[in-house]
Amino acid sequence: MSQEKRLHTVTLDQDKCKGCVACMRRCPTGAIRVRDGKAKIYYDKCIGCGECVRVCHHHAKKAVYDSFDIIKNYKYKIALPAPSFFGQFNNLENLGLIIAGLKRIGFDEVMEVSIGAELSSDATRRVLKEGTIKKPVISTACPAILQLILLKYHSLTENLLNLLAPVDIVAKLARENAIKKTGLKAEDIGVFFISPCPAKVFALKSGLGVEKPLVDGVLAASEVYFKLLPELKNIKDCTEVASTGLLGFAWACSGGEAAGIMKDKYIAADGIENCMNVLKELEDNKLDHMDFVELNACIGGCVGGVLNIENPFVARSKIRELNKSLPLSKNSIESVGKELDYFKWETNPETNDVLRLDEDFMVALKKMSDIDAIMKQLPGLDCGNCGAPTCRAFAEDIVDGAVDISLCTRKETNENNNK
Amino acid sequence: MQSDGLHFEFAVDGENFASAGTASETIKNTLKKLGLPPATVRRTAIAMYEGEINMVIHAGGGTAVVDITPTAIEIELKDEGPGIADIELAMREGYSTAPEEIRMLGFGAGMGLSNMKKYSDEMKIESEVSKGTRVLLKINI
Repeated sequence: MSQEKRLHTVTLDQDKCKGCVACMRRCPTGAIRVRDGKAKIYYDKCIGCGECVRVCHHHAKKAVYDSFDIIKNYKYKIALPAPSFFGQFNNLENLGLIIAGLKRIGFDEVMEVSIGAELSSDATRRVLKEGTIKKPVISTACPAILQLILLKYHSLTENLLNLLAPVDIVAKLARENAIKKTGLKAEDIGVFFISPCPAKVFALKSGLGVEKPLVDGVLAASEVYFKLLPELKNIKDCTEVASTGLLGFAWACSGGEAAGIMKDKYIAADGIENCMNVLKELEDNKLDHMDFVELNACIGGCVGGVLNIENPFVARSKIRELNKSLPLSKNSIESVGKELDYFKWETNPETNDVLRLDEDFMVALKKMSDIDAIMKQLPGLDCGNCGAPTCRAFAEDIVDGAVDISLCTRKETNENNNK
Repeated sequence: MQSDGLHFEFAVDGENFASAGTASETIKNTLKKLGLPPATVRRTAIAMYEGEINMVIHAGGGTAVVDITPTAIEIELKDEGPGIADIELAMREGYSTAPEEIRMLGFGAGMGLSNMKKYSDEMKIESEVSKGTRVLLKINI
């Protein structure tokens, strides 16, 4: 995908950026450079994980999401709160309160994304039984991980679980139901995801695995939280009841999705570096005995999303408390009257070739040889002073013609070391 | 160094499982950057990884030399370990001389040499007992 077509999941506040290298060093795909004293994001390499937003001390990195006011553009408004959203509140004893509260701040209807999670678990069990996807089957629910695989781990695309993300499943169901219920046209119905992370913004807006986006907007959990909080105490005699069991809400945390497949041979890893280590082992056939691999880019899973309010570990504890009073599951493919195909990807997401040095192998070989030659002149300190995260990334930038080797301020260190 | 190609030399540290696989990892990342088909990248990485691990388990380390040319990836794995007495036997799936403590770590399942053969296009082994072993792997591009 070209730079123009890529969505911007994270933006930079030029005035607040001090040109420190914190975000550049943290970025797991090397998508950031510091040029002319400011961080620059190369969106074609960005997977939307939000790590740069998390580490920026100057609050210059901002996750992109829609303004709450966009819901006003639709006649009938449906909120889709993420499972992790329910873990953001103190002393919440009744999940129905959140549903009632969302209706007080402007939504006509609420459909929990955890419903889609339970449906996805049911569909996953069936796909595993079908045996149509190469094992170990890799979860695709975390869009940052899916983007990462499409960018860096092309040989693993045949292991990808070909199911819609829970939010896409509920978006599809909610719109269909609302059309029947209200008699309104599809375009008059606004479907909004209350998201824990910018990666979801990217996935939903670009429509990962679907023909065209199924949601009309992605709202930040933190922004909705502050609108909702004052309303919660005004709710008397709450009659709303959550439509999900504990398996659905468990998706808020790492290991929740894997628990739903009801098999023992699974791995659930969280945190982007940990996930990259697992992907590396998958590539080397070291995890062939596994049935299922769940990977979440954020530490703790979706509760660790950068758009949340609560500390992920506290949120996890809250979800656990809430789950005590819930039945195992309330939704299945039968209960919604659909076939397995309804939950499958409409299109297979395409791999991203931006990391290859050149389309022509001979040119790529020459470039790699030039990069290796430049590497010999660099100190190998990965200090970041040149504005690239590693000496190797800097050497690649030089070969690409983006920068000059004179930007390296520590070449003398190399010369001294070699004496 | 040959023209139109890339040349790599790695010292593979013996008895160190933590760093084992770093040479094949470097090659894997290089091949990805060169834009080779995912299946070729994966075959090369697995074949080389197995060879690297073998040198760590059996030979106390060794050297890995890799040449990437316009037509092939050529890997030479050389060690001064105990050598292989019966190459044909060693090539059999499941045959292993790895000590128990290595198997406890999940290595030494007897698939190393057979996987190297399976994932490469050409494989040659030269070995002399108590002198060492030299394995040549070729993966066509």
